[in-house]
Amino acid sequence: MTAAEIVNKLDLQVFSGENGLNRKVSGGYVSDLLSDVMGNADEGQVWITLQTHKNVMAIASLKELAAVILVNGNKPDEDTARQSNEEEIPLLGTSMSAFEITGKLYELIKK
Amino acid sequence: MGEKIADQYSVTGGDFSRAGYASSQIKKSLKKLGVDMAIIKRTVVATYEGEVNIVAHAWSGKIVFAVDDEKIRIVLEDEGPGIEDIEQAMEEGFSTATSEIREMGFGAGMGLPNMKKNADHLHVESEVGKGTRVEITMHLN
Amino acid sequence: MQVKDIIRILDARILCGGERLDYTIELAFASDLMSDVLTLSNDNVLLITGLANMQTIRTAEMSDINCIIFARNKKASAEMIELARESDIILMECRYSLYKTCGLLYAEGVKPIF
Ligand SMILES: Nc1ncnc2c1ncn2[C@@H]1O[C@H](COP(=O)(O)OP(=O)(O)OP(=O)(O)O)[C@@H](O)[C@H]1O
Ligand SMILES: [Mg+2]
Repeated sequence: MTAAEIVNKLDLQVFSGENGLNRKVSGGYVSDLLSDVMGNADEGQVWITLQTHKNVMAIASLKELAAVILVNGNKPDEDTARQSNEEEIPLLGTSMSAFEITGKLYELIKK
Repeated sequence: MGEKIADQYSVTGGDFSRAGYASSQIKKSLKKLGVDMAIIKRTVVATYEGEVNIVAHAWSGKIVFAVDDEKIRIVLEDEGPGIEDIEQAMEEGFSTATSEIREMGFGAGMGLPNMKKNADHLHVESEVGKGTRVEITMHLN
Repeated sequence: MQVKDIIRILDARILCGGERLDYTIELAFASDLMSDVLTLSNDNVLLITGLANMQTIRTAEMSDINCIIFARNKKASAEMIELARESDIILMECRYSLYKTCGLLYAEGVKPIF
């Protein structure tokens, strides 16, 4: 499954990083603690969080994540969006809570 | 009429393990008085956010709690760096929190806006380099 | 869903509140940020979090949340368990990631808040 398919199926907003929508997704990771993501997320995962500041994209890039989904209707900071374009890692959004979007993503990827 | 309760608690900057003690005591007092549960929740959520702000951003402070027949009043006063631009601090997402504070589960810039949402009346004043005073008022009727 | 179902589905360990295994949970919220949790207006919510410190318990106490599950194999300290007990909070630990914990509970019918 690609990031683009997830955007379609879960009706996500695409803020930036469109060039990375063909990235392959291996699973999901839910966390709002940056050090935890640094330590424990794996390559190809979609990161679900409500953190919006620019360190988010630095970590997504270091960990080679497939995309970032901002929950609860959060919008990215300008810097964060710019970095997502540079790194070609899609920055996505939903008004759903982390629990709900995770439930849906888990179901989708499992199939 | 007159004051039913008046208590005071001290708060130590940086001491995250104890943050919330004062709010917890205030919750117990309000429960004892038989205050409506929904009002208690709004009061203690706002107070706790303020208490955590003292721990996270200031050096030391005190919380004064008073209840009479008409209202609950909580004043959180600290000695600390103060807030340069209160309007900006009230914006959702604005935070000067360090990465240490973020790893403690705070620092999303949601505290002051949430205090405003929960309090019937919130008043913030601050002097840079000296400290901050936050007053929460809740109406009982 | 009852607490005992959560324990079964997540292979979780109960740390306090073990006398209330039939307590019913309908709604869940997942977050590591306590200022986010403090914005909830619902009571009786299951909090799923990877933040295990005293402030997690304090936040639950203030928000009238009476059930917490620590994911990511996070361990509660004796002090945390004591505070949870005082506040009548049911406390559980499980070794799954937050992602898997949410996925499994959602699939079994636990509902989101909004
Ligand atoms: N008592 C205080 N003393 C000094 N600065 C403060 C104080 N309270 C708030 N501030 C300043 O206002 C900013 C916004 O506060 P707010 O409570 O909204 O967010 P936060 O504390 O940074 O994060 P959160 O509350 O989401 O954990 C803080 O980052 C800090 O710069
Ligand atoms: Mg705060």
